[in-house]
Amino acid sequence: MEKNHQSSTFLSVRDLVVQYTSDGKIVQAVNGVSLTLEKGKTLGLVGETGAGKTTTAKSIMRILQEPPAKIVSGEVLLEGKNLLTLPQKEMRKYRGTKISMIFQDPMTALNPVKRVKNQIAEVIGLHDKCGRKEAGERAIAMLEKVGIAADRAREYPHQFSGGMQQRVVIAMALACNPDLLLADEPTTALDVTIQAQVLEMIRKLQKDSNTAMVLITHDLGVVAENCDHVAVMYAGQIVEYGSLIDVFDHPLHPYTRGLFASLPKMTDDAARLSPILGMPPDPTNLPVGCKFNPRCPHATDQCRETEIAIEEITPGHLCRCCCLEKQEVQDGIIY
Amino acid sequence: MASFIEVKNLKKYFQTSRGMVHAVDDVSFKIEEGTTMGVVGESGCGKSTLGRTVIHLLESTGGEILYQGEDVTHVNSHKLAALREDMQIIFQDPYSSLNPRMTVRDTIREPLLLSERFSKQELDVETERLMDMVGIEQRLWYAYPHELDGGRRQRVGIGRALALSPKFVMCDEPVSALDVSIQAQILNLLMDLQQERKLTYMFVTHDLSVVRHISTHICVMYLGQLVETCPSKELFISPMHPYTKALLSAIPSVDIHTPHKRIELKGEIVSPIDPEPGCRFAARCLYATPACKQPMKLEEISANHFVSCCRVKELNGFS
Repeated sequence: MEKNHQSSTFLSVRDLVVQYTSDGKIVQAVNGVSLTLEKGKTLGLVGETGAGKTTTAKSIMRILQEPPAKIVSGEVLLEGKNLLTLPQKEMRKYRGTKISMIFQDPMTALNPVKRVKNQIAEVIGLHDKCGRKEAGERAIAMLEKVGIAADRAREYPHQFSGGMQQRVVIAMALACNPDLLLADEPTTALDVTIQAQVLEMIRKLQKDSNTAMVLITHDLGVVAENCDHVAVMYAGQIVEYGSLIDVFDHPLHPYTRGLFASLPKMTDDAARLSPILGMPPDPTNLPVGCKFNPRCPHATDQCRETEIAIEEITPGHLCRCCCLEKQEVQDGIIY
Repeated sequence: MASFIEVKNLKKYFQTSRGMVHAVDDVSFKIEEGTTMGVVGESGCGKSTLGRTVIHLLESTGGEILYQGEDVTHVNSHKLAALREDMQIIFQDPYSSLNPRMTVRDTIREPLLLSERFSKQELDVETERLMDMVGIEQRLWYAYPHELDGGRRQRVGIGRALALSPKFVMCDEPVSALDVSIQAQILNLLMDLQQERKLTYMFVTHDLSVVRHISTHICVMYLGQLVETCPSKELFISPMHPYTKALLSAIPSVDIHTPHKRIELKGEIVSPIDPEPGCRFAARCLYATPACKQPMKLEEISANHFVSCCRVKELNGFS
């Protein structure tokens, strides 16, 4: 990841640090996140509540509320251009046309007093500078693309079910053919059968227009079915990064392995689950050294004292853990 | 011997301005002592309403509820108070189900206090024992809910529900608001407590892997009706109802090597307001025929495996 900083990389986030101030305390939400994404590919960003997934996505789009949030350092390069230093006016042109975001809760992402067609038309009219009539027609075409009949275009969000509302949000996000889609838990609020429909639709639309996607989720099953690469976040850091096969078949970090172990399996009958002990750390008071050390069964003094750097263990598979013997992994001795 | 809990043709309707919502419609099942009945289905299928009606948080519209062989469908307030000690509930949202002005200790102590069965000294001893049992550290005994994370709050909710040693606990999505690593801790706690105290659970959830893990039997609901019920393992090995099959196939799997065959459902759940007679899943079913407009009955297809579908035998290769 560190090496691939050539201009060919579509999206590259480097050493992003974001903090919030709350009650005089500093919340260390994102602590040096680096990631890259190629066009047309999907990166899964996994982690628990408070791991910094959403903050990372919002920083890319620059829609964090500042203050209380503050991007302390780092770069977000989209096709080589650093978004974090762009003037606000310039940035506005990127949102919607270049980068779009889908939020978790469709009910709060839509304007309740505006017809869905007009909400989508607004985006199109604003970015593509077309007339109201054309924008309206394109909005209806977009709704049909996500499987909503044209005769429902004049309805309000509350007349739609949760699944349909999320389709409207997706139609809006994709209305101007963005190159990068940030999907923040797009299906968490939906039922499984509807989730399957919505994910299928996102995949299809993404393929049609070669959109790159960052898919934020805490559901490892959703990652398995939709992503090419996976980044596992814990306490504002990426603790493991690799291809889907790397991470799912050979999880290296104790946290990643703990996550897999704590899932109830559909296929075996263990009487007890193996949870990760303890609780996620308090982001205003992160542990010294490895952020995972208080919950880690393998923690040593080194983990408790020194900051751990993320290292490439096998080509393309990175892990932030000092207890891993690189040579042993490469030789296939452990894990 | 009578079942621990038996529900016969239970109905719960809600009157709204647009008509009658058939939230639970003609549901029958039995739960044996010490087992867990999992209830699954999508949002709005009536699974929480069913659970709440069974434990008398909601008054039923029709049907019968038998508790240890005794008809408790309609009970007076005196009897209800006794029933409440035996039947408890753990709520989904550990954020809104705790009183923000009460400490952990007070919350768990309240049911003990209300029962008037304990002297002042016994109260303290019992409260501490309960907090210990659900794994709340001593330093948090006097903490308020806002100081706790979701997992610990849910432990408080469990402690409160188990304070008066109920026999039956209705768990209404107790882990769906929690992260996976914490979810596993709470599921283990619930299963340990069940073993220790011979509890009977009704476990309502939309998460099929959780329900498979914890349940002995499973009911699958669709729009207020039971479409399939059978022992837990059997449901995952040989589901029979077209809806169950689609539901199981929709779960995203973490197994990246076995290709997953998905049965894609068209459309969405229809309105439960004044539904037409006949199979409620027919509108989305791949196998629907005109015969599906007839009222459906739950039929025993193989031992302990009940399905409500008029084409089930033909579709699953039974003659």
